[in-house]
Amino acid sequence: MRMELIQPFINSADAVLAQGLESPISIENLSMEQEAYRRKGIAAEVNLTGEIEGRIIFDVDLGAALQLASRLAGVEVSETDEDLVREAVCELANQIIGNSVTTLNDQGFHFRVHPPTLHTSEQGSKSSEDTEALVMCFNTSSGNVFMNVALRYHRRRTLESAAVAG
Amino acid sequence: MEKFAPIKRGEDGQPVRYLIVDDSVFARKNLARMVETFGGQVIGEAGDGVSAISEYERLTPDIVLMDITMPQMEGIEAAEKIVRDHPSARIVMVSSVGYQESIVAALQRGARHFVQKPVKPEVLYEVIKYVMHDDGTTTRGAGAGA
Repeated sequence: MRMELIQPFINSADAVLAQGLESPISIENLSMEQEAYRRKGIAAEVNLTGEIEGRIIFDVDLGAALQLASRLAGVEVSETDEDLVREAVCELANQIIGNSVTTLNDQGFHFRVHPPTLHTSEQGSKSSEDTEALVMCFNTSSGNVFMNVALRYHRRRTLESAAVAG
Repeated sequence: MEKFAPIKRGEDGQPVRYLIVDDSVFARKNLARMVETFGGQVIGEAGDGVSAISEYERLTPDIVLMDITMPQMEGIEAAEKIVRDHPSARIVMVSSVGYQESIVAALQRGARHFVQKPVKPEVLYEVIKYVMHDDGTTTRGAGAGA
């Protein structure tokens, strides 16, 4: 997957998480996913369709999710407030991915973002040759936040197919 | 959360009445908390564009804060339908998706302004003041961030 596609997600996650937690964030690990995705905490999935297609899973350690939810809600959120914590993770995913999409769209990629949904299964589908998955781990003061990005250039494939056919 | 000088309606000095539309309960609560620090009153909430239209008809709020990406009917389409029937409706789009194309589409279809998520209270405050100024809206006390 090309960096021009990934960089907006890194920048956006860094900015939104730093603002949400009011503390600095560091990227601890960046790897290509070979196996099916395994959920690590509370996760939300956002799907994209259009010239770029695929999905992004935003997965947050419980500790970090509780702190983020508390910060955003303005009140102390505990483990018993499951719905509120899930909502917070979905909203953060929406903000991070929405901001990244804004940058990509302004670079000329046109696609649609679908509302975030909770990713509840323990395991996701494997990435394919067509849809590489890149996993980023953001280290925060309250725990890890993972972002699994599996996207493909639909427009590029279409253009290549047209060139071969032509 | 910081306190702001209350924004009052020019016509009667009453608090500005808001309808908040977002599919995320969390986002609605967050925005509600924010506008209350501006001295506003949340009179209704909706989770999609269809409910937003019916809630607007029922409540006729002073301002609608409208998300873009929502199930059933997206915010831009809902804004267009509301403004078509109520040309004086004041709709502010509040969305994480803030690319040029979507902002232009929203403004062309009747939205008055656009605020990108994550929302900074001081930004939303200034936008609300700007959007309400045709009403002769006043702020009492110190300015933003006071």
